[in-house]
Amino acid sequence: MSLFLQIDLPAILTGTLAAICCAMLGNFLLLRRQSLLGDAISHTVLPGIVVGFLVFGTRSAGPMLLGAIAAALVAAVLIELVKRYGKLEPGAAMGVVFSVMFALGVLLMERAAARSVDLDAECVLYGQLEDVLWLGPQTIGDLLDPSMWPGFPREALTLLIITVIVALAIMLFFKELRITAFDPELATSLGIHAGTVHFVTTALVAIAAVASFEAVGSILVVAMLVCPAATARMFTDRLATQVLLSVVFAMIAGIGGYVLGAFGPMWVGLEHSLSAAGMMTVVAGALMGLAIVFAPNHGVLAKRWRAVSLSAAIAREDLLAMLYRLEENEAHVALTSGNIRGALGGGIPSRIAVRRAIKRSEINFQAAGAELTDTGRSEARRLVRTHRLWETYLVNELGLRPDHVHATAEQLEHVTSEEMASELREHTTGAIDPHGKPIPD
Amino acid sequence: MALTEVHQPSRQDSLDLRPEHSAESPLAVHDVTVAYHRKPVLWDIDFDAPIGKLTAIVGPNGAGKSTLIKASMGLIPLAAGRIEIFGKAIRAQRKLVGYVPQRGSVDWDFPVSALDVVCMGRYRAIGWCKPVTRAHKKAAMECLDRVGMVDFANRQISQLSGGQQQRVFLARALAQDAQLYFMDEPFAGVDAATESAIVDVLRTLRDQGRTVICVHHDLQTIPDYFDHVLLLNMRIVAQGPVAEVFTQENLQKTYGGRLTLLDEASEALARTSSSRTAKK
Repeated sequence: MSLFLQIDLPAILTGTLAAICCAMLGNFLLLRRQSLLGDAISHTVLPGIVVGFLVFGTRSAGPMLLGAIAAALVAAVLIELVKRYGKLEPGAAMGVVFSVMFALGVLLMERAAARSVDLDAECVLYGQLEDVLWLGPQTIGDLLDPSMWPGFPREALTLLIITVIVALAIMLFFKELRITAFDPELATSLGIHAGTVHFVTTALVAIAAVASFEAVGSILVVAMLVCPAATARMFTDRLATQVLLSVVFAMIAGIGGYVLGAFGPMWVGLEHSLSAAGMMTVVAGALMGLAIVFAPNHGVLAKRWRAVSLSAAIAREDLLAMLYRLEENEAHVALTSGNIRGALGGGIPSRIAVRRAIKRSEINFQAAGAELTDTGRSEARRLVRTHRLWETYLVNELGLRPDHVHATAEQLEHVTSEEMASELREHTTGAIDPHGKPIPD
Repeated sequence: MALTEVHQPSRQDSLDLRPEHSAESPLAVHDVTVAYHRKPVLWDIDFDAPIGKLTAIVGPNGAGKSTLIKASMGLIPLAAGRIEIFGKAIRAQRKLVGYVPQRGSVDWDFPVSALDVVCMGRYRAIGWCKPVTRAHKKAAMECLDRVGMVDFANRQISQLSGGQQQRVFLARALAQDAQLYFMDEPFAGVDAATESAIVDVLRTLRDQGRTVICVHHDLQTIPDYFDHVLLLNMRIVAQGPVAEVFTQENLQKTYGGRLTLLDEASEALARTSSSRTAKK
């Protein structure tokens, strides 16, 4: 128990808090289509952090934050300059500046390391989550003991404060964040200056990136600014819900990632545990992947199913109309289920179409093949009626040639509501369509 | 018009010099020049919007129609001149101004409902940091009702047709409850039902004494829909009541080719200033 409280719990807390505060802000970067900006910021702050460290000689949050903000400002100016004088598009300009500044940070860090201080390039990528310890608590009860609190890890405390600040800011300024992201010009014309709100958001991203950086490294920061928000977007069309869901996904990634990284290798018989920050990022990515495939409305499968279902609905209507026309012509053809599927174009939609028609008792299969039931016949009559009304309308009102209108009417009949059909009836006269067939009542 | 004798007139001076400008004018544009990257796109614009009238801004692509609207709302800085809304600078008058931007200017995949968008028109009335209350939602619903969109209140906005999206924008402007409306091509790409809904709303606004200034592309409908017209092509070609100003001759002046000399001068200005910044 004490091992869990001293080693695992602080790491889980720190990683998850970093994930949550980045994820919350990530929603607004995503909506502005500026996720790359978060990427840029989290990389450009590195040289600032190192310089802050070299100048002040301490790893406390204040100096590093100062250095990071200075670096972010330098980066913003550089990006603007590269864009203007290098004739690059904004994405490329950002890419140039942040990768070079990141590399500069790594070089500076090597200098610092040469002067034997503990900063190294690996912790830049993965952070030092495993080094976040809370020496003291032995039992759950100890967590509530004030004498244990001074030992609470500094990284976790900083992140806790920043997460609370970010959450409060989003709750207070939700309306302003929403309108400036959706319609910055209207926002500005209402007196909610989009540029200012944007600047404050960016500053918060920089602060969150710096606070998370040391504990979880740049990879997790970048992933958390994008993945949880993007995953949440797959599940909802409401911004408030999206923000809440992104927090849930960040927690799943944080806790799940740590557990998988720390204990997963053991479960499969390996000795060494894996990087917790790395695993959290992988979990966040996996959640995103699952959401893309399985999300109920926007997922690939759901979209595919909607398309199939629509084709099946059309095929079912075609099936009923086909049987109706056969009856009308007194053509006694024994249609098997296989014949019908072939006539409807085959494939999964035609299978579903036949099954649906049977389930709704619109058709049944007798010895003489498929037959319309009374229910099926009245539905079929409605469809054929609509089809022939459209043909009449297209010939009479639009002056199309009778041999040109079948295909168009075939498409229109599937999307014609009752109201449209009765309006059509008002526009058409006579009981015979252009091909000499009776228009059913 | 370009050569005024007093180059930087003080506020009062300019009002005296231009007796046609009145402090009660919903929109008074005083000798305004607007430039993008130091290249002027609007030259020496002088314009007073008549109060309680529907005014159309008409001109070819690149004439600066949207620019004039955005400059009037203080969204773009002026290179020269001054703009007043009901006699004061825009900063002091924001609550009097409503806006319908071009439909293409926003991301319709944004996770908000039609009602959420209309509520945005109330944000100024609600104030900073305060949530949208039920009363404001009710007001927003009434605005949706005026454009025939109540049934779509809870739809995510990407599920609406183009015409329905435009009506949501119009409802949002109504929710602003403004005295002066700027609309950037509200009729662009809408269905017949939406077009007549918009016209109804515009006429109601006018009957309530509000002023509407619309960028409009469809020349055929101008005499039907609008009272006043401003013919624009980087400079004002003509302005006044539709019956007087909307003539074949003026249209030819507006659409008949670019002002090549003025264009050339703009390009030259842009070049000199960019070489100057390069030297800095």
